Amino acid sequence: MAEVVLKGVSKSFGDTVGVAEIDMTIPDGGFVVLLGPTGAGKTTTLRLISGLEKLDAGEISIGGRPLRDETPAQRDVAMVFQQYSLYPHLTVRENLEFPLKSPILKTPRDEIDRKVNEVASVLQISHKLDNKATALSGGEMQRVSIGRALVREPQVYLMDEPLSSLDAKLRTDLRIELKRIQASLGATILYVTHDQIEAMTMATHVGVLNEGRLVQYGTPRDIYENPNSVYVASRLGLPRINILPADLFGTAPKGAHRIGLRPEHVAQGEGREATIGRIERLGDHSRLHLQLDGHNITTLADPHTDYTPGGHVRITPRDPLCFDAQGDRIY
Amino acid sequence: MSSFSVTEPSKRSKWFAGSLVILYAVITMIPLAWIMLTGFKSPADAISYPPKVLFEPTLEGYVNLFTTRTRQTDEFLAANPPETWYEDIVRQYDMVIAGPSKFGERFLNSVIIGFGSTFLSIFLGTLAAYAFSRFRIPLADDLLFFILSTRMMPPIAVAIPIFLMYRQLGLSDTHLGMILLYTAVNISLAVWLLKGFIDEIPREYEEAALIDGYTRFQAFYKVVLPQAATGIASTAIFCLIFAWNEYAFAVLLTSGTAQTAPPFIPTIIGVGGLDWPAVAAGATIFLLPVMIFTVALRKHLLRGITFGAVRK
Repeated sequence: MAEVVLKGVSKSFGDTVGVAEIDMTIPDGGFVVLLGPTGAGKTTTLRLISGLEKLDAGEISIGGRPLRDETPAQRDVAMVFQQYSLYPHLTVRENLEFPLKSPILKTPRDEIDRKVNEVASVLQISHKLDNKATALSGGEMQRVSIGRALVREPQVYLMDEPLSSLDAKLRTDLRIELKRIQASLGATILYVTHDQIEAMTMATHVGVLNEGRLVQYGTPRDIYENPNSVYVASRLGLPRINILPADLFGTAPKGAHRIGLRPEHVAQGEGREATIGRIERLGDHSRLHLQLDGHNITTLADPHTDYTPGGHVRITPRDPLCFDAQGDRIY
Repeated sequence: MSSFSVTEPSKRSKWFAGSLVILYAVITMIPLAWIMLTGFKSPADAISYPPKVLFEPTLEGYVNLFTTRTRQTDEFLAANPPETWYEDIVRQYDMVIAGPSKFGERFLNSVIIGFGSTFLSIFLGTLAAYAFSRFRIPLADDLLFFILSTRMMPPIAVAIPIFLMYRQLGLSDTHLGMILLYTAVNISLAVWLLKGFIDEIPREYEEAALIDGYTRFQAFYKVVLPQAATGIASTAIFCLIFAWNEYAFAVLLTSGTAQTAPPFIPTIIGVGGLDWPAVAAGATIFLLPVMIFTVALRKHLLRGITFGAVRK
């Protein structure tokens, strides 16, 4: 496993910017999650590190070794593709063996069998090993695709939304399993997801991308509690952060144009009176959807709250995040 | 929505469709059956009118196809009684077998040239199609058009220049010359057909293989080729059929060593009258390799499109 360093990495596709001037260090043994909407450059970043795309400018090094014209095979990275990309003419077992049999690894037969069986049991696909890769459900394909990366011990794992098409239970299982593998192998992982829980629970670092630029990079807690812009604040957090005019609750904080309130930062019982629109009872807590001067505000309440839709509740902000007119954080 | 029903067709419509297919098959196979039957007829039966459907089968046509015969004096015939069944057949006409005919050689030439040029067309065509499909090639569209344009006139239009070129280069009447010629004609078909098939194979498979530790060529060989098998098989059949049946250039450019079967079979007619059973026997044997080749690749033709393990 190794540290991956990106310096001034840029890539355009014709007139479209893929990524622009990304500086990022993925520490050895780190689990870095990339967040951002579609087209923000997450997948491009993975493809540049893997060598499937060539850099326009900048430099990438893995374990202190700068990569220039090295082929994907020479870079020794494993990648889980968003589209699975299983070899359709091979069985599940042959798919899992494929990287181990490569001319670079040339793994001995007994070693191949041991690794394939181990990974198959972790991913709960042992009973499907002799199926054709095309005769699987989407979730099974996705697991095989993860397995094809996990049979190896590369410098870095690149994973592009690897858990996106699994059902909730399997997703939770695999999330814990991936984190365990990462911790026990000391694996370096760069991981793309849209899932807040995956980002918060697995990541040691989170990078937020916007139109090809890395706009903030830090620990998940840092990104959640100290976002540097409205954009970053809106990327992480579920329910999403409430972005409101700065003067909604009286005098605006100095210089602030808008304030950001996480649902847990809306204190109830005093302040302005808001109308309750909807209550979602989720079991362990409830979500309140409030209306105040035409603004929607989402906050939390305890599971057995006696609020009713159409009722009123007094709310006041607690520790708001303040943003200027450009959406940049001021304090 | 009923007009786009995807339910199982009714029994009656299946029966009707089945009958149509069988009827069509029977109609298209009549000439084949005719040729095959004629091969086993005696010369008299072969030209009888109305045609005989029931007749006494004989291997005369096949014996005549593979041998040359001479008339002999009665003394010679009496002194040398026939030793084999095929000599028996020839003796009916007071003839003896003088030696083998050229058919075997010509047939072998057809096999070498037909399969050789098919292999070469597919080999070059697959590599070119892969390159056109996957790499950014300067002027790719123009090159593809140029390749296709070689098919825009009838090949025979360039017969004279090719004849002269071949004579200069010493390629006339050589196996290599014919293989190169048929490959040149087939390569445009092969490149275009195969490019279509390879375009259909998602790049993600090769990308996965590249990351799994394989070189570009290994990825092509281990991942792309198996999935292009359907396309390669059907393209190979097209190429073989063209090279196998080609007549005009074979007449023009070959006369001895490299002559293929198509120009040879008609020459049977000139030897000792209209020997239709021998011609039919030649045609029957000539049909077999293409039939066997097609049947052997049937599995790939029917397998159709592998719906892949790539999420769209």
